[in-house]
Formats: sequence, structure tokens, C-alpha cells
Amino acid sequence: MTTVKELGTYAQNTWCPGCGNFGILNSIRKVLVDLEEEGLDLNKLVMASGIGCHAKIVDYIKVNSFYSIHGRVPPPITGIKLANPDLTVIGHAGDGDAYGEGIEHLIFSAKRNIDMTFIVHNNRVYGLTTGQFTPTSPAGFKGRSTPGGSPEEPLNPIDLMLSSGATFVARGFSGKPKHLQLLMKAAVKHQGFAFIDVLQPCFTFFNTYDFYNKRVYDLTDEAHDASERETAVVRAREWSYGEGERIPIGIFYQVSRPTYDEKLLAGRVPVNLKPGNITSVLEKHI
Amino acid sequence: MEELSILIGGKAGDGIRQAGQTLARLLNRLGYRIFFYDDYPSLIRGGHNFSIIRASKKKILAHKEKVDLIVALNQDAVEKHQHRLNSGGVILYDSKKVEAQGVGVDFIGLVKELGGVPIMRNTAALGALAKVLNIEWPILERVITDTIEKEVDLNLKIAQASYHQVEKAWLSVPNLNQKMLPLVSGNEAIALGAVQAGLNMYIAYPMTPASAILHYLAEHEDDLGVVTIHPESEIGVALMALGAAYAGAKTMVGTSGGGFALMTEALSLSGQGEFPIVFIVSQRPGPGTGVPTYTMQGDLSFVIHSGHGEFAKLVLAPGDAEEAFYLTGLAMNLAWKFQIPCFVLSDKHLSESIFSFDADPDKIKPEDPLLWDGQGEYKRYLDTQNGISPLTFPGNPVAVVKATSYEHDEYGITTEESEQIAKMQQKRLRKKKTMEDELARYEQVKVYGDPESKTVLLCWGSTKGACIEVAEELGLKVVQPLMLEPLPITPLREILSDADKIIDVEVNATGQLAKLLSAHGICIDDMILRFDARPFTVDFLLEKVKEVLS
Repeated sequence: MTTVKELGTYAQNTWCPGCGNFGILNSIRKVLVDLEEEGLDLNKLVMASGIGCHAKIVDYIKVNSFYSIHGRVPPPITGIKLANPDLTVIGHAGDGDAYGEGIEHLIFSAKRNIDMTFIVHNNRVYGLTTGQFTPTSPAGFKGRSTPGGSPEEPLNPIDLMLSSGATFVARGFSGKPKHLQLLMKAAVKHQGFAFIDVLQPCFTFFNTYDFYNKRVYDLTDEAHDASERETAVVRAREWSYGEGERIPIGIFYQVSRPTYDEKLLAGRVPVNLKPGNITSVLEKHI
Repeated sequence: MEELSILIGGKAGDGIRQAGQTLARLLNRLGYRIFFYDDYPSLIRGGHNFSIIRASKKKILAHKEKVDLIVALNQDAVEKHQHRLNSGGVILYDSKKVEAQGVGVDFIGLVKELGGVPIMRNTAALGALAKVLNIEWPILERVITDTIEKEVDLNLKIAQASYHQVEKAWLSVPNLNQKMLPLVSGNEAIALGAVQAGLNMYIAYPMTPASAILHYLAEHEDDLGVVTIHPESEIGVALMALGAAYAGAKTMVGTSGGGFALMTEALSLSGQGEFPIVFIVSQRPGPGTGVPTYTMQGDLSFVIHSGHGEFAKLVLAPGDAEEAFYLTGLAMNLAWKFQIPCFVLSDKHLSESIFSFDADPDKIKPEDPLLWDGQGEYKRYLDTQNGISPLTFPGNPVAVVKATSYEHDEYGITTEESEQIAKMQQKRLRKKKTMEDELARYEQVKVYGDPESKTVLLCWGSTKGACIEVAEELGLKVVQPLMLEPLPITPLREILSDADKIIDVEVNATGQLAKLLSAHGICIDDMILRFDARPFTVDFLLEKVKEVLS
């Protein structure tokens, strides 16, 4: 069995001290160790990331990985899952990746219900490009590209995922790692598209620790029924990524629906497919 | 009769391409070699569509402006095309809809009388046409039975009634008793070549003129053993394909210039991450939307220079269905051998035209890539002498496979160290040298016509068909590079060394191949360029070449 330490690599960690990414990294390593104990084969796991601070996570975990480009995490892991459905795939993306550059891929992943886990490291600011507003920054956010304040309202990704057809929609907080680990474990076990928006302070450009600590509450403390879409939408809209008094975290919605990979492949495993016979097809051309 | 050209014209929705294909099959069964050209605007109903079916005793790869017979399902087919008729030619027309001189048959009346639907007018036209060509009824009967999927009996009744409406044969099309060959479009040949080289997944977003590859592979998914996927966009397509390749599936994508523009981000990623992938780019006129359903060779420069950063790629340019088949198979095998992006550059004229297909499937065999031997710790980007790192795939119980878009060390961990960066750049570019050595083993440049002639028609891709016939007529030499990146400059220099006059023939406005050769010091004397979105026909090009030579 692998230990948390063995899941590390020799890569030097270059996140800022206090970065919310550490909470996510430590949580996912712990979850992988637990899942291995429960029978998950880590050699059959592939992790992917986009571009930005979050993306370095694949350098820090010793598992198969696909370090993709900005916004393009869902397509390669969809390709990986479809080529070999025996693999388990986990995507990491930043809020710029997932909700900006690559939002079409996110929506389609939810629509299809492809069997993947998708974890958004949502710090609501571009960190690696040194502090611009993102799709989930609050209106009026003063970043380097919007010194007078962002003129846009933020996007509510929980609401978006509910309307796009995701079958597992959750929100976590990097400051509550135990809770986050429960969400991650449930997401990986979920058959279908499992989405977690992880609120994550950026210590350097948008420090939201206090803001979140004062406002987050666990949905399970309030008898939330995650099988009801309508109540999930009400909870999703309780906080729309601007100001607000209460921020729910936990599983908003979870239902079962046939997955895209099951329907598309119908038992086929492309990496094991034998080449077809063109002779019989050519005969039909005479 | 040595050869025969027939034009069938009508409006979109009349089933012109279908009728043309059935006619092509009919002539194929009589032992003729076929070239089928399809001309249609980008709309679903109305407009004017036509197909030209050229049949010959010998192999042909192009059509002619002039035809021997026009089948007119609407007035436009007469007005727009009657100038094409050869002397002794005849127009067969729908007598209640069209005014013309020739053979009139009331197609729509026959269809109504026998209880058919309007689209069956083309069946009526085929019946009458067979009689005009003096083809025996049982041969047409068998082709209709084999080709038409719905309402076979009704279609046969309509065709037969129409057949007997024509009083006499106007032309004679004897059975040549040659071997019948499959009729295959360029797009179908691309699909079949990829399958023969072991294609597992085809991923594409619809875009004319490449869409038929997706349709064909999807339709024959069970027989051909390929999983087909139609994702959200070309960006999604190319990135999905890289993921699939990383997981070990032989994967191909296909599009036209505009869609490929969206894929260039992923193309560059394939250069850095060393993902094997085959791109089919079937050109149509640009810039922008351009002319969606017509042809152009305008993307040569774009494709060979595509993708930011410096990395090896291979661009192959087939000129007919057989080359499309072989070169797509080669592209797949070399993509995996060198872990690079390989291109097959087609165009509407190659992709959608139909050819008599005489390829030998056994000439393409799926080749295994260099696989990791399982010794020691796996390094995805192991620095080797020839630049090629052994592959293994996620799921291997003793390997961790780390692929990345970032500059990286051998293991696949990000690096920004100067020494490491230079080393990995060199490793990747070393593959280019390895590839160039390997490519010398293959036929890189083809020569047709009179090999002794000092006047050369230089061409690439689908333009070759017209060039060959013109060269045969005038006693010239044709030179066609099959590879455009890396350009086979050594064989080109050798073949062109004794040429007095090199005439570059391209379907674009700037002579992109000519520019490419000029950059390597090969001087082009004249250019014949066509850029009205139509391909060169044999007789059109013949006149142009004569002008240049006079």
C-alpha cells in the first residue's frame, strides 16, 4: 500500500506560503491513499491539470498525469477515459481554466455525464499572471486589468453545473480539509461527472480566509436533500460569489444517470480494439 | 467507345449525387474506370447541383469541361451547361420541366403514374439514360437492386418504364470486360487507410469537405472497428485526441482550414508532449468561411508552419484515392514511430471526388511503436540517441507516465533550468533528423508523363490528375512531391536538375509550392494558378499549358 509520503515527487513546491493549494494537495493525497486501501488501483489512475498555480499539483503527486494547457482539462481526460475506460480520471482546473478559457468543455462534460472527477481550485483571482479578475471574482474586484473595479457580475458555477446536467455537484473549502476529503472521496466513487468547486484563498492576491471562515456552513447540518434538484438550486443561489452572509459547502446534488463512456463505448475498449476488415467494406463499393 | 463524360444537373434536393453515383456504378460494372466530380453550393434545397461522371478504358484521375451527354432535371442544367456538349452529344431532359433539344421523357409524369415520390425522378432519368447509352436492362436492374435501399420494386418499375420510353440508343457503351474496381472517394480512402494502419478512434467536428470521413467511419463502425466521436468543437476534438493517444489509442482527427485553425493550440501541445496524432486537413477556399463546398489548395503554407514553437511534423499530400489510402496509413505509422503530429493534406477535389480504387490493402500494416522494456524506472521523455523515447501507457502496473505541455525533465516534471531546456529541445528536434533519414526509404516524389522531357509540370495533391493527362498529350514531365514537410529537397533537386522549364500548377492565388521550392533555390519559370474555387479540368489545363508554351 502506498503512503502519503510515497505519493510525493522530487519536484520543488513553488506555491506561496499559506496558499490554499496546499490544503487541496494534502487532501487529494490522503484521499488517494484511502481509496487505494478500499481497492482503487493507483496505476489505473490518471490526473490532469490545466495551466495556473493549481496545475503544478500534477508535478507534486506521483501518479500518471497529463499536464494540459489553459482551459483544456476536460477534453484530454475525456479522451483518456474513452480510450481506456478501465482508467479512473481526475481533473484539476483553476477558475480561469474551468470558467473562462475552457467553459465549453466543462458544460459539455456535465451534459454528457462522462465518468470523471473535476476539481476546480477556485481562488477567484488569476494568481500566476499576478492578479487579474476571473469569472468568479466579485463585481468591482480591483485587479491589475481592472484597476477601477471589475465591471462584470461573477458566474455561479454551482448553478451552472446544475443546469448543465452534472450528476454530482459539490462545493468545498480548502480551509476545511477533512470535509474536503469526504467530498473528494465521494466524487471519485461517483459514477458520472462529479464536480467540486473548491473555495481556495490566494494568500498573495486575494486573501479570503477570514471571509470564508465566517460564512461557510455544512449542508449536512441543515438536513439538505441532495437528490432534489430544486432544493439544490435554492442552496446554490444562496451565495452567488459576491457578498453574502452564508456560504453552503457540501454535496448540493447527487443522482445516478448512465454515463457517456458507457453509452458511447457499449463495452468496447478502444486501446484493445483489433483493426477492422476493410475488404468486406470495399466489396460494397463495387 | 474509349471514354464518355456525362453531366447530371438539377437543384439541391433532387438527389443528383446519388443518381450520379448509381450511374458511376453502372459504368463500373461494364469495366470502365471512373472519375466522379461533384459540384454543389452550400445549401440544402434549391440552387444548382451537378455531377460529372467520366468513364474511360484507362485509369483517369480528372474530369473534362466537355461532356457527351447532359441529363437535365431542371432548366439550369441546360442553360448553364449546354455549351459543354461535344459534337454528337445529346441532352436527356425531363420534358414537362425543361425545354431543350434532344431526348425528352416525362420523368415526373412516370413517377406520379406509378405512385412514386418526386425524388424518384432521378431513377426515371437513370432508366432512360441506360437506354440512350444502349445498356441492357438487366445490368441496370442489378445496379438499382444493389444500390437503392428503399422501395426497390417501385424504383425498378419506374426505371423500366422510363427505359422503354426512349425509342433508340444514341451512344454505344460496350462492356469492356475489365475487372470491376471499388468506387471510393478520397475521404473514404483516407478512412480506410487509417483503419488498415490500426486506427482505434476517429474524433471530428463536422466541417465540409472533411465531414464524410466521420460519416463513413460512424456508418461502418462495427465492420471497421473504430470508435467515432463528435465533440463540442475542434478545440475539444484535438485535445481529446491527444488524451486518447496518451492512453494508447491510435487516433485521428479531421477538419478543414477553419477547424484546423482552432486545433493549432493542441498541435503545439502535441509537439511538446510528444503525442502521436494524425490530422486530416481537407482544404476549401478561405480566408474566413470562404466557399464551403468548393476546392482550393490555399492552406499549404499554413499547415506546414502551423503551431507555435519549434517541433517536428510530417505533412503528406496525396493526389488521388490510392495515394490517400497509402499515405494516411503511412501517416499513422510514422506518427507513432516518431511520436509526432502527422498530416494528410487533402482538398475538396480529392476528398469528395470518387475514383476507381486499385490499391493493395496489404501494403499497409499496423506497426508497433517503440515500447518500454520495463527495465528500471520509467521515464516518459528519456533522452535517447535518435530522440525517440520508449512508450508505455497509464495502467502499466510498474510505470508512472507523466505527459506534459510544460518544458520538462526526462521523467516529465516541469523544468525552467537552462541546461535542461536546451537538452529537451534538442532531443525533440533530433527526431526530425531521425525521421528525415527514415523518409528517404519511401517514395517522396512521383514522376509521370515523359521522364525525358525538359519541360516539367510541377504540382501537388489533387491537381496531379489533370497534369498527368495534359503531360501525356503534350509529351511533358509531371513532378509531384508526396511530402511537403519536411520537403524532399534532395530528390526534387535531382529530378528537376535537367529541366529547362518548370511550370508550377496550383489551385491557389499565390503559388505556395512554387514559393516553397524557390526558398530552396529551385527556380520556377511559369505559374498556372486557378483560384476561382474550381479544380483544373484536363481540357482547361491543356489550353493554359499551350498558352504558356507558345
